[in-house]
Amino acid sequence: MSKNLLSHRLFWPFAVLVLLLVLNIFFSNNFFRITVHDGHLVGTLIDIARRSAPLILVGVGMTLVIATGGIDLSVGSVMAVSGALACLLIGDLSDPHSVAGVLGAVLLALLLCLVLGVWNGFLVSVIGIQPIVATLILMVAGRGLAQLITDGQILNVSSDPYRVIGAGYFLALPVSVLIAAAVVLIASLLTGRTALGLLLQAVGGSPAASRLAGIQARGLTWLVYVIAAVCAGIAGLIYSSNVASADSNAAGNLIELDAILAVVIGGTALTGGRFSLSGTVLGAVLIQTLNVTTVSMGIPVEATLLFKAIVVVVLCLSQSPAFRERVFSRRKPALTKEAAA
Amino acid sequence: MTETKGDPDIDLGAQPSSNTGRTRSLNRRHVPVLATLSLLAFMYGLGVINYEGFDHPQVVLNVFVDNAFLLVVAVGMTFVILTGGIDLSVGAVVALTTTLAATLLEAGWPAGVVLPLALLLGTGLGLSMGAVIHYFKVEPFIATLAGMFLARGLALLIDRNSIPITNEFWVSVAQQRIRFDRGVFISSSVILALVVVLIAAIVLTWTRFGRCVYAIGGNADSALLMGLPVARTRIAVYGISGFCASLGGVIYSFYTLSGYSLHGNGLELDAIAAVVIGGVLLAGGSGYLFGTVLGVLVLGLIQTIITFEGTLSSWWTRIVVGALLFAFIVLQRVVTGVSAVRSGP
Repeated sequence: MSKNLLSHRLFWPFAVLVLLLVLNIFFSNNFFRITVHDGHLVGTLIDIARRSAPLILVGVGMTLVIATGGIDLSVGSVMAVSGALACLLIGDLSDPHSVAGVLGAVLLALLLCLVLGVWNGFLVSVIGIQPIVATLILMVAGRGLAQLITDGQILNVSSDPYRVIGAGYFLALPVSVLIAAAVVLIASLLTGRTALGLLLQAVGGSPAASRLAGIQARGLTWLVYVIAAVCAGIAGLIYSSNVASADSNAAGNLIELDAILAVVIGGTALTGGRFSLSGTVLGAVLIQTLNVTTVSMGIPVEATLLFKAIVVVVLCLSQSPAFRERVFSRRKPALTKEAAA
Repeated sequence: MTETKGDPDIDLGAQPSSNTGRTRSLNRRHVPVLATLSLLAFMYGLGVINYEGFDHPQVVLNVFVDNAFLLVVAVGMTFVILTGGIDLSVGAVVALTTTLAATLLEAGWPAGVVLPLALLLGTGLGLSMGAVIHYFKVEPFIATLAGMFLARGLALLIDRNSIPITNEFWVSVAQQRIRFDRGVFISSSVILALVVVLIAAIVLTWTRFGRCVYAIGGNADSALLMGLPVARTRIAVYGISGFCASLGGVIYSFYTLSGYSLHGNGLELDAIAAVVIGGVLLAGGSGYLFGTVLGVLVLGLIQTIITFEGTLSSWWTRIVVGALLFAFIVLQRVVTGVSAVRSGP
């Protein structure tokens, strides 16, 4: 029984998450307390969930891409583009508080992200460029595009309807968390209840074999890049709405790395095939909890990255079959490993 | 990164020392490099026609002076990418090296101790990442990402602020100019970078180690079956990349005379872009160091042209680099695709 639990692939990430949460009890009072303030739930845990929302969204798209054996480096740039266009359009509205106008701007921004996703997918599935290279193009050029949209400025917007996306509350819960939850729900229904999940795993396992089995590998690969870009676009809207501005440099900076990390922590192999959406959500929450914990433990901001590096190393090694074999088999190779590392 | 290699013929053809089928495969392998070369010539011609004073020799030399550190970092990246890996930590290692060097120098340590120490640190970090990648089969992407966090984190931990370097040796090297003519000069860092390029080119072309690097990139399993020292080579390339990154950091600290934990932000992207524009396949196994040098020059010349233009905003650099990346990747695709058809039975 206990052995089954230990060998579950999400055991170690989950254990680290629990450990981090427990650690927080010692360093901050009221860590687990959730109070109702102005009809909103308020508390550190809610805060962690709220901050995790963009990463979860990006992570869901990334999981699907990685499931097909690909990778999407452009998500951070897409986030910047979507926030930039939405803020530009809202700034041009005659009445920035009109719901219809904001809705139009948001939809147009997501449409642009969709186009960017189509571009990524086209390069990978039709032209046949390696995913890491294909998406590198947009990663470099996308931020330039975002700066082009905002003319290199940080665009500030004051629009109540737009503010709701990132900072609003609905039924006492943050809207951003609800959006993320909805996307996760839709994605897990699509992959769990329809054949989509199975087909994605087949494509990731072996594109050639899946093609021979009659799966539209090209179309599916194309689709996941579009989904990833739209997810990143929504995340970009949440981010820019939360800070009520579009900052082309800060928005989604390095989020592609965090998202890939979340996916890997969640037990999805970068080589494609088997994937786990719940694992990715767990990974994303773990990364955000890690960020919060370093602050509440009084670890100076400077050491946050160092702390993160150590956790990443420990997690990746604990998940590496080669490492487990060398360490737990108590044979001679354990010595050579230590000498080498 | 996880892609399987296309055609074994291409990978074999990429070995620089193969003598068979030279006449036919030579052209094919050289197409990306020749394309980069023509692009470089075209960009230079464009600059000379459009801007006054662009034809001054110092304009070209300044590209070298301003990008000496990038050149060294890109050389290390070329080794890693040729084996089919990637190193995301180079920018952070540059930051760590400058911060460490500046802090120790400020504390009064002699330059003769600080310099080797800084280089050793980068090499050590690279070797450890290589060992983790090889022995524990952690993806290069993830392992070097952790290395990036680690190096950037250490740099921040050492000092958050920018530290000026006033050490005599550092300042004298930084101010050293090798003059050819009135107003025509290069810095000593350029010489250093060119020496690194030369040594690396010799190692890649004429040594067993170099051939093993290409073989692993072509097909790691075949290389292992052929009895090549895969473990040693794979760990060594990350060590080389770490060394080059820390040497790049030292050169960067000569260039700016400061140490700062935010130096070299996004440098890994520039290095990867330079390597790709230089015609090295990101899947590994094919490409030339000379191409990487050209790639760095292309990036440098883009910046120079945008500076000369004056009215163009800095973000156009990113868009142009993105467009160039696209063009070169499609070109590579076309070249390897066509060759796969041609080299059929």
